[in-house]
This record gives sequence, structure tokens and C-alpha cells, in this order.
Amino acid sequence: MNAVVGSLPLNLQADKMLGAAMEPAMDRTKESPLAVYQAHLDKGELAYQWSPQANKAVFYPRVICPFTGSDRLEWRVSAGLGTVYATTVTHPRDGAPYNVALIDCDEGFRLMSRVEDIPPEAVKIGMRVKFRVHRPGGDEPAYPVFVPMDTA
Amino acid sequence: MDGLQRGSAAIVGVAESDLGAVATDMSAIDLMAQGIRRALADCGLQLRDVDGLLCATAQSRISGLSLAEYLGISPAFIDSTILGGSSFMFHVAHAQAALQLGLCNVAVIAYGSTQRTIGRRQASVREYNPYETPFRPFLPSTAYALAASRHMHEFGTTREQLAAVAVAAREWALLNPVAWEKKPLTIPEVLSARMISYPFTVRDICLVTDGGGAVIMTTAERARSLKKQPILILGCGQAITHASISSMPDLTVTGALQSGRKAYEMAGLGPGDIDVVELYDAFTINTILFLEDLGFCPKGEGGRFVEGGRIAPKGSLPVNTNGGGLSYCHPGMYGLFLLIEATRQLRGECGERQVADCETAIAHGNGGVLSSQSTVILGTTATV
Repeated sequence: MNAVVGSLPLNLQADKMLGAAMEPAMDRTKESPLAVYQAHLDKGELAYQWSPQANKAVFYPRVICPFTGSDRLEWRVSAGLGTVYATTVTHPRDGAPYNVALIDCDEGFRLMSRVEDIPPEAVKIGMRVKFRVHRPGGDEPAYPVFVPMDTA
Repeated sequence: MDGLQRGSAAIVGVAESDLGAVATDMSAIDLMAQGIRRALADCGLQLRDVDGLLCATAQSRISGLSLAEYLGISPAFIDSTILGGSSFMFHVAHAQAALQLGLCNVAVIAYGSTQRTIGRRQASVREYNPYETPFRPFLPSTAYALAASRHMHEFGTTREQLAAVAVAAREWALLNPVAWEKKPLTIPEVLSARMISYPFTVRDICLVTDGGGAVIMTTAERARSLKKQPILILGCGQAITHASISSMPDLTVTGALQSGRKAYEMAGLGPGDIDVVELYDAFTINTILFLEDLGFCPKGEGGRFVEGGRIAPKGSLPVNTNGGGLSYCHPGMYGLFLLIEATRQLRGECGERQVADCETAIAHGNGGVLSSQSTVILGTTATV
């Protein structure tokens, strides 16, 4: 139904032909879940979605809730506090070893990130951490990193 | 699995293609075709008998078309489901369903990969994931390392216990003439090897080889008149829990818990009834996780379970008797080789590494980053 010919949705063309017999045009998504998430990051915020029906946080952002199938998802901004759930130090062939971690945010969602400001091997499961936006510069989009809570 | 009947279909032919480092410019489809020719010879069937075709490879975008064209066949049933390394266990269940329904009479499951020759990056292109890629996970190793970190944290699993899995696999590989690795391996050698993603050194991680092969299936009835003893499909079970590691619900519990339960239920068997165990060991933590989730030891005990050579050739539970993805071969999607080895063990064709009195086997496939789990339980004609 929402296939697009040029910029005009196909179902609008069909509407013209069949008049009131057709359902109205679907609401088109104006901004992708990733674009909204990224816009928040650009402002220095870590955003996630909230499913009121499931009463649960949803991450990564999407167009329907994986718990209920509903498209009712609200955007919320995280307080940015979390706990290290899993951690590793990855050793590239060239360059310094670096941390990769999974962080459980207090609002009930998990994301991949890294913990900065301490050596990668000093990152421990259970450690309390706080969000900080990382702006790599150039064409690379901003992304969320974490720092230990006591040094934040 | 609901709808599949215990023992309604059988594996009648198995073969590997060339393994290790294959001839220059061999393609993934060349290796599939080579495996199919050898597997047909193994059971005495001809290419013209094949009317079901199932295959997966990371190196052909629409592999079902490419393989059917190459073979010059127009199969009545075709399936190129791809869910990572466990794809071939999914294929077994799909082939069994198709054979039961009469959608085909002889099904071939094929795989091929030339990742060693052409390089990992060429063979398996990673999609950009905006929620993971910026953190430069070295996939799949980093993802499995995260799972290992959690297992170590919750259950006290040690690097030495992980290394014991690699050492056991190597001991089995030394009994397998076609295994890639030819030299003995010790726990200190595993620990001191080049670190990839903590706690894994390069010796905790599967090989990067070329390879392929094929498995031929038919109905239990038709199987009786073929060259070798049919190996029956007693149970199948599948479970998918996530795609990327940041979406895995619990990093210490895999979907093998559900896939194993379904397969055991269909087979009417439990872990204590299984004679030989073939588990997808892409990383040393896998063997530990699957031993737990498939019920060979309690959750959290996997590390202690593998100590002291228990899963090695002289141990009490034979696990990964071909040497596994860690020491025999690992062309990227290894699941097919577990089915081949389980079949050969049940037929009694395994020479020095043959497990005595082998009537039942489990072949457990893993795909993605612990994402897709598929279990197949096989048995000799004595089990039906």
C-alpha cells in the first residue's frame, strides 16, 4: 500500500481512481527512528523509546514495539546512568587495545558502548557509569560513551 | 518439533569437499558441487535423483539459483534459508518436512566457502549497525568475548577452563587425518597465544579455513534400500533469540535451551541417552554454554565440567570428535560438518577417533552471535 511512485504514494493515486471506496492514505513516517535518536545525541542527550502498553523501555529505536507490536512508542531522554553488564578488551592488529561493553541503563534498556577515562582492562562488570556524548568529528555521527560515575 | 515425525527421514549420504586451503579460484559453488558428487557416491544415488535442494553460503547472494544452475537441475523443492552457521540444522528440519509431505524424494543440503583463500572480509561482509559499529566490535569475537565475560563473572569460569575446551578439541583433531591442526596444544599455550578479545586468545577462536560439503536425505523407507545404514532424524528443535549481541536477553543462556528441549521431546530422549555430542565451537565459551543449555551439566558448571579432559578422547563424554571448528576446519558457517561427523560416528566410520557403541548423536548448530540455535538428534536403525 505504501509503495511510492515519484513522491506520490501509490495509494493516493488509487484513491483518485476509486474515490471513497479506498482507505485514506497511511501516515508516512517523517523522521526515521535513527534520525530522532541521532538528533538527540547531537544535542548531547541519550534518547530511548518507551512502550506505554508494555510498560517497558525499547532500544534500539524502531517503528513498532517488539513486546506488543504496537506503533505507539514515546521518546524519552535517559538520565544517563547505568551499570556495566558485560565487558571485553579488543586487541586490534594495529593500534591500542580498547574497551567494548554492554551497559544496562537505569531506565531498563541495554546498549553497546565503551567506558572511557580509565584503562580498558579496568572496566569491570557491575561498575556504575554515566553517559557522555562522543563527537568523533568529520562525517562520523555522535555516539554515546560512558565514564565511571565517580570521575564524571 | 510439532509436525515432524521421529524417524520419518534419514541421512543417507555425507561428504566434505576439499578442506583447508583449496585450489586458487575455486568458488563456494564449486565446493558445494564437489561435496554433492562425493555425498551421492557415498549413498549410491545419482544427481538426477535429487529433487530437493537446500544450501547456504555467505559468498553467493542467491545461492539456490546459482547452485541449481551449476548442477543443471530444476528442483521441486528449494530452500536457501540462511541463519548463520546453524543454517544446515534448519535445513535438516525443512528437508524432513518436505520429505514427509512428498514435496521431494531426495534432498541435498550443501555448503561451500573459500574464506581462507579470498580473505574473511571478502567472504563475509558485515552490515553497518549504527548502534554497534561505532564501538568497533571485532565481530564475531568481541560479541562472544562479552558472553564469556558474563559467564566468568556469574559462575567463576576461568580462562584455564576455556582453554581446556581448545585442548580437548586439539586432541580429537590429532586423531582426524583431515583436520587442519596437526600439532599438540597445551593449556599454557592457549593462554599465552595472541590476545584477540579478552578472555580469548587466537587459540580460543575457531580456525579460518576453506571448506564445504553435502548431506543427502531421503525418506526412511527409501533409505533402507541404499548403500549404507540410514541415520535417522529422531529430533529437531530451533530457537532464535536475537541478531546482535546487544539485544541478547541473557548472555549466559542461549536458545539451545529451547532448541534442545524441543529436539529431545521429539526424539523421546534426554541428554543421558546421547552417545556422541557435536557442538558448534566457534569459540571455547560455546562448548561450555551448549553443554549446559543442552543438559549435559547444570547451568554455570560448564567450566568445571570440561576440566581434566572430560570431553577429550579419553574422557567420559565424547564432544566434537572431529576436532571441531577450533582444530579441524571452520569455513565460516560450520554447522554442516557437525551433521557429517555425527553421521559417520553413528555408522562407525571414524577410525582412530571412533566412539564405541554409538547409537545416538546430537548435532547442535549455532549462528550469528549466539543468535540462532538449531539442534538435530540422530540415531542408528536400532533406535527406531
